[in-house]
Amino acid sequence: MHLTLHVWRQKSANDKGRLVQYEVDNISSDMSFLEMLDVFNESLIAKGEEPVAFDHDCREGICGACSLVINGIPHGPDEGTTVCQLHMRRFKDGDTIYIEPWRAKAFPVIRDLIVDRTAFDRIQQAGGFITINTGGAPDANALPIAKTEADLAMDAAACIGCGACVAACPNASAMLFVGAKVSQFLHLPQGHPERARRVKAMVEQMDAEGFGNCTNHYECMAACPKEIDVRVIAELNLEFMKAKISGRE
Amino acid sequence: MASNAGVAQSRALPGPVRFITSSIGAKVVMAVSGFVLVGFVLVHMIGNLQIFLGPEAINRYGNFLQGLGELLWVFRLGLLAALIAHVASAARLVILNQSARPINYSHNDYVQVKFAARTMPISGIVVLAFIIFHLAHFTGGKVQPELFHFQDELGQHDIYAMVTLGFQNWFISGFYIVANALLALHLSHGVSSMFQTLGVTAPAWRPLTHALGPVIGTIIFIGNVGIPLACSLGLVAIPAGAM
Ligand code: HEM
Ligand code: FES
Repeated sequence: MHLTLHVWRQKSANDKGRLVQYEVDNISSDMSFLEMLDVFNESLIAKGEEPVAFDHDCREGICGACSLVINGIPHGPDEGTTVCQLHMRRFKDGDTIYIEPWRAKAFPVIRDLIVDRTAFDRIQQAGGFITINTGGAPDANALPIAKTEADLAMDAAACIGCGACVAACPNASAMLFVGAKVSQFLHLPQGHPERARRVKAMVEQMDAEGFGNCTNHYECMAACPKEIDVRVIAELNLEFMKAKISGRE
Repeated sequence: MASNAGVAQSRALPGPVRFITSSIGAKVVMAVSGFVLVGFVLVHMIGNLQIFLGPEAINRYGNFLQGLGELLWVFRLGLLAALIAHVASAARLVILNQSARPINYSHNDYVQVKFAARTMPISGIVVLAFIIFHLAHFTGGKVQPELFHFQDELGQHDIYAMVTLGFQNWFISGFYIVANALLALHLSHGVSSMFQTLGVTAPAWRPLTHALGPVIGTIIFIGNVGIPLACSLGLVAIPAGAM
């Protein structure tokens, strides 16, 4: 395959950055998208140019490191797929592909396609955990949890924190992420004692990081590689209201 | 870290202020005030549809509203407060949301976003302009003062004549038609959005809450666009004599 790539190049956080056009050849349709970038980077190195910096780690769709906006869609055209699991057979010979970083004030570009996602870490540190040591895994059925509730918790816990929701949202809102992180504890008894404190602290941190506000377009859900449902945002809203109105800590 | 300065700054504010200036609190303000406004729009529309029942019905209705006295002012001030809260919160959120993405994608491809959702600020601004015009027109009598002083046989303000004759002007009825079509569009997203903002989560409810926006939007469109359109097209009898 021959491809025309338009790749965002930016030397550092302070550099202005721009899209640069490249022609790439010898791409096999069996390659993954990231392998295509590896091959492309080899060709840049052979020419003595700087390779394109991009985030990746597990390459099997579970770590949340990979983060490319491909032709305007975070993680590319396949639904429910991280970009590391996207394959070149999804593209045709001669295609033009735009590759850009996540775009949000709260996710500043560090270099080329790599953005700083520590804002998510700070939101998690504000309350996305349980403070007591819950010990080892309890005996099955020692703590009865309805199947429906367990499923809701597990669906929310599928979030890998990649930030595609922010990248996709027209307002760069992080509410799908924060909703998932709040919801995963909401449906389990271990999460209940600290629920009010958790939601208040996480929303406060989210706002302070400069993410936008949800306007219910649901673009995040369409982009999410784990297909997290926007019901977690409704849960976040309700949970936040309850915490504020009750004044509970 | 700048972000932690932001947290400290917000903690210095009193509780209710912190709530309504938080991302979710600001949305709750929009949803609750939006709910009040939609309720008003629906009641107002049903009242106005009495124009199709003839002069007695609509004039008696107008007389009844005027007869509410102080109570009428309670409603007016309540609606004004809801409108101010809605617009102020909207303006703030629009600005915050724009600044949340300082550099846009060169290549944008939305998969999901609906037209009505993207155009909320624009439809809202046109509706705001319309509300001001509409109050000056039929409540204040400043737009077509010559139509404002008719009285029917019972000595009541002749709303029927004012409205049917007023809409003979195509510029005026055209503005009513466009603004109310945009109001319908606004509500087709807004009403469904309201339920999500207020935390209606049960999956069984989702088909209902998703449908309610477009359904209410359509009802408002038919009712509120229907009145000026029917009057302009001469489908509603114009009072004799009054011309
Ligand atoms: C007067 C000028 C108005 C402006 C500038 C305005 C603007 C907006 C904006 C920007 C939103 C947020 C959009 C979003 O969440 O995607 C919104 C939501 C909404 N608006 Fe308005 N609007 C106006 C008037 C009205 C009126 C007259 C009504 C009712 C009849 C109304 C009902 C709603 C509702 C129900 C929502 C949904 C709130 C939510 O997101 O939960 N708006 N409006
Ligand atoms: S590299 Fe781990 S999810 Fe893509």
